[in-house]
Amino acid sequence: MTTYIVRRLIQALVVLILVTLIVFFVMRLLPGDPILIYVAQTAELEAMPQERIDELRAEFGLDKPIMVQYANWMAGIFRGDFGTSIFYREDVGTLMLERFPITIHLTLLSLIVGAIFGVLAGMLTAVRRGKWLDKIVTPLTYVGLTIPVFLLGILLIYAFGVKLGWLPISGYTSPLDDFWLSTRQVIMPVFCLAIFGVAANARQMRSSMLEVTRQDYIRTAWSKGLGERAVVMRHMLKNSLIPVITLMGVSVSIILGGSVLVERVFAIPGVGSLLVSSIFGQDYVVVQAITLIFAVIILLVNLIVDISYAWLDPRIRYG
Amino acid sequence: MVEKHTSDIGFSEAPVRASEWRRFRRVFFERKLVTFGLVVLVLMVIAAAFAPLLTPYDPYELGDAGESLLQPGGEHLLGTDLLGRDTLSRLIYGARTALMVGFISVFISGFIGVPLGIIAGYFGGVINMVIMRAMDAIMCFPMLLLALLLAAVLREYDVISGIWVVIIALSIAIIPGYARVTHGVTLSIKENEYIMAQRAMGSSNMRVMFRHILPNAFPPLIVLVTMQLGALILAEAGLSFLGIGIDPPGAAWGAMVWDGYRYLANNTALWLSPGIAIALVVFAFNMVGDGLRDALDPRLRGLL
Repeated sequence: MTTYIVRRLIQALVVLILVTLIVFFVMRLLPGDPILIYVAQTAELEAMPQERIDELRAEFGLDKPIMVQYANWMAGIFRGDFGTSIFYREDVGTLMLERFPITIHLTLLSLIVGAIFGVLAGMLTAVRRGKWLDKIVTPLTYVGLTIPVFLLGILLIYAFGVKLGWLPISGYTSPLDDFWLSTRQVIMPVFCLAIFGVAANARQMRSSMLEVTRQDYIRTAWSKGLGERAVVMRHMLKNSLIPVITLMGVSVSIILGGSVLVERVFAIPGVGSLLVSSIFGQDYVVVQAITLIFAVIILLVNLIVDISYAWLDPRIRYG
Repeated sequence: MVEKHTSDIGFSEAPVRASEWRRFRRVFFERKLVTFGLVVLVLMVIAAAFAPLLTPYDPYELGDAGESLLQPGGEHLLGTDLLGRDTLSRLIYGARTALMVGFISVFISGFIGVPLGIIAGYFGGVINMVIMRAMDAIMCFPMLLLALLLAAVLREYDVISGIWVVIIALSIAIIPGYARVTHGVTLSIKENEYIMAQRAMGSSNMRVMFRHILPNAFPPLIVLVTMQLGALILAEAGLSFLGIGIDPPGAAWGAMVWDGYRYLANNTALWLSPGIAIALVVFAFNMVGDGLRDALDPRLRGLL
């Protein structure tokens, strides 16, 4: 197990370095002077005397070789220095601290909802295979996997916000300020973000349950006279859950990617909407920071998933 | 999604010997949803190919005064947008955009990803490590996010415009899918005797890789391409929903949904019709991909 973990950690470290290289160099692909990334808009740069530009270039270390620049950028990030936003005139680190809790709140809720309802749906459809519940829910999981989140969001707003008037159609309130309002506001966005997880977990759970059903020890459990509840809950559930864990990484990736769209539809001031507005505002320091943080989160989740998977299933670590 | 359809079907009596093609057709058309998906895709390709003949109006032509935001029905079957343009016509032209982005991106990324995966698997060692870890790194970015990032950078170049920004960005974002599939196939094939025989006869590495290993990757690649077409069209819709990519007056479904969103309650056809078009096509590609997987996966032979 230790060898496996060490090997996996080294691999993750290599990937992490590559991720930072991608983020750094994609930003350097921007045409024109890289100082553009650090100094306000082009207009401001054009109005600047050459000496001042050179001065700034030296200040930001842009006169150094590119790998030194990369190293400096990385060193800054380890100190929590992500640079300064052009638009907000604010330290990007501080900006992240304001916006990230919102996106994390939605992401965690969506993950939990996706796991609970997905596993439940998969379990029920497997146990009642071929019955009406299975016939309705299983085709619906296909829809859940493919529906565009922004369309789902708009449909929900139309139905529950505009027509029925049950839920607020936009905005975000911290659950610490007003728990009830916050919960009402996040229901629809979380539903949109969780739908993929629900569907994916349900399908994986269903097929792994059906796989487990055929195992000898399940036949033994039945033959010693255990009731359905005991067989399903005590013997089938645990082993069926293992493959579902691997979906965690994919789910986080889909949720973070979807947050860009969902936060825009529901006007939620999280990182997703910040990313979009920063792209349009050419606020590349912010874009760089958000992409990097998202990628690192996904990298870490995948690392944890792999290690826990090996821990739960000995066949992996000795494989 | 890794799933096993094996579990759905119990073992039956020994299968009757049937031709490959007949078996393929039987398994593929067995599920109604797969057939439905195929029908949707055929209709969409026809709509895209014959768009100028099918559209009742010019999708870019601005309407006269009083033709703005018409409700569905009457002369304009799905109504008109703010500028008086016919929604149905724009919807049909949107199919062109979606298919064009999908097919070109799949082609470009396959052209890069497939050789990368084969080379990594074939040579192993450091080459393998570098290529596959790079693929892992790309996979750390959510597809939409990476495409968004690349598109944001690419659109700053004046030479690349509109739709090509989206195509290039999406192509890069999906390369790892190809590399992973061909990498896996290469690893499982390269130790076979016939590969060894080829090398003993003095075939070059290139020949072995692309004449003898690559064909083994075709069945999973066909499934992957179908699935990716769905994912690409979804991502393209997402990007144009955010306002990146297709320059006005070009018609893209995602942008149509965003524009229509402003008339949420007053003119539902405006956002609902392109939304349904996206959902339907993505669903169709996934169903067809699923059907192809069932029909092409050799592990399911004898079971399905």
